[in-house]
Amino acid sequence: MICAPTENRLSIEKSDAGRRGLFCKNPLRARAKVPANLRRKAAPRLPELSEFDVVRHFTRLSRLNFSVDTHFYPLGSCTMKYNPRFNEEAAALEGFAALHPLAHDTCSQGTLELLHDLSARLTELCGLDAITLQPAAGAHSEFTGLLLAKAYFEDKGETRTEIVVPDSAHGTNPATASMMGFTTVNIASEPDGRLNVEELKKHIGPKTAVLMLTVPNTLGIFETNIEAIAKAVHEAGALLYMDGANLNALIGLVKPGDLGIDMMHLNFHKTFSTPHGGGGPGAGAIVCRKHLAPFLPVPTVRKEGGRYVSDFGDKRTIGKVKAFFGNTGVLVKAYAYMLAHSAKEFGDIARYSIINANYVRALLKDLYPSYSKEHCMHECVLTPGEDMTAKGLKTLDVAKGLIDRGFHAPTIYFPLIVHEAIMIEPTETESKETLDEFVAAMKDVHDQGVADPQSLKDAPRTLPVRRLDEVLAARQPNLRW
Amino acid sequence: MPKPEEARYTKTHEWIAPGAEAAVGISDHAQHEMGDVVFVELPKVGQKLEKEKPCAVVESVKSAFDIYAPISGEVTAVNEAVVSEPALLNQSPLENGWLYKMKPSNPADAQALMDWNAYQEFVKQSVH
Repeated sequence: MICAPTENRLSIEKSDAGRRGLFCKNPLRARAKVPANLRRKAAPRLPELSEFDVVRHFTRLSRLNFSVDTHFYPLGSCTMKYNPRFNEEAAALEGFAALHPLAHDTCSQGTLELLHDLSARLTELCGLDAITLQPAAGAHSEFTGLLLAKAYFEDKGETRTEIVVPDSAHGTNPATASMMGFTTVNIASEPDGRLNVEELKKHIGPKTAVLMLTVPNTLGIFETNIEAIAKAVHEAGALLYMDGANLNALIGLVKPGDLGIDMMHLNFHKTFSTPHGGGGPGAGAIVCRKHLAPFLPVPTVRKEGGRYVSDFGDKRTIGKVKAFFGNTGVLVKAYAYMLAHSAKEFGDIARYSIINANYVRALLKDLYPSYSKEHCMHECVLTPGEDMTAKGLKTLDVAKGLIDRGFHAPTIYFPLIVHEAIMIEPTETESKETLDEFVAAMKDVHDQGVADPQSLKDAPRTLPVRRLDEVLAARQPNLRW
Repeated sequence: MPKPEEARYTKTHEWIAPGAEAAVGISDHAQHEMGDVVFVELPKVGQKLEKEKPCAVVESVKSAFDIYAPISGEVTAVNEAVVSEPALLNQSPLENGWLYKMKPSNPADAQALMDWNAYQEFVKQSVH
């Protein structure tokens, strides 16, 4: 973005003594209420700017931002799909937005009906029996899932202390296991990221509580051994947990319950188009089979006659993991998204996400070899080609080069089992034109790097801040709070 | 500290200098793959180590990596220098960048690990 040279200053550097915005004629009388000994001796050093200066300053900063609303954002494993504005309209409806969480069931029938119907639709879509919508997001759902497992085994009188996680998993899986006091058992996956059933059998037994498995895996490859894996896990008396981070590849095509899993989590901000952060709360869910249902958090919603009531369930419940029914505002958005799609259209979401990822993968295969030699699902994992690595260029350089070309960088250096990984997840909501532009930018980055390696190592060149010294920042952080 | 040829290596890229008090670190290949190391968490002196179980953490600008005990034993010393100066792991993985020393439960265990030639062959095979 072209701007006046002085524009890169901080607001405090733009300050000019005495400049003010519009002031209320009757200043607040707060000062008199603050005891004398607690009052400041000197005025705080705040920027003194006109209101117009402030508006320009922050508008300009906001335009420097990379966001899903301004840029293609192919962050692998994150499903940065379009968030339909219709979702926001639905969540802003007064009946949902203004409902007090302590309102009696009889006064909140609409929200309860929505939660009841959302629960029914999600369990159907997943091919499972029961659900909680309480968790605040994905990792919190994992936490809830392992609480269920713990309660389930305690109820059976079994002590199981180990959670088995493949080395291609998201870091949240072993982190959740640790947080719950379990021991994590790591299994090396095959070169294609799949789990070898014989290898798995060596690591599971009477101590195993849960196998946490991401399907498709973090290389975007479907776990073709899933039925044998489920069988082996169940023969060991353990539970199979599916990390639902990559559900976008399966939704409407496969019911995870049919694969033999016992429970899974949903990330509403990924598969169900609710916002990724942005200051608001998140939402997640655990969907499970009957045998785990008695342990689910409460309340859930039950239909009784023609009315919806809060159900405080079985005495064996793990209790609450979040106040009330969870972040219902986010759940309304997810529900709006569900209603906007028929069963066939859910299948199309998965199909287009798979086609888009394979399209990018196929067009880039000569310059950025794909880690896996087979078709991928909703995301592909590429690596810089030999002509780039021979010149000392790394994945980080590719990522910075993309920023120069107006694209948010893909996920890099994950999964860990891939050397110099570039993980691209276009999602179903990108057009062919956008994908073509992205592919052209990737090729341009390649050509620039091969012709003049140093220029790519210096990228980004078009932003106010150039290549940051990440090592210095991490080794000698300059923190103030 | 060992010369590269004298150390034994694990499939998870740790080295160990066989002996009664065996030094342990990460291989040159490992530091190269991790990139610039920014943080190191070491085991405690006296801590019992179990073969192939995580016992330390090395964090680089790319990610955090578990470091596994090459053999079972007890920690006898740790290299505090790498905690204050993690770059030592990149500059000198087999000398100044050693992580800890251990008293092996069975000194012969280290001999069962890969020697320098076998490790180099292993690295060659595992690079795709």
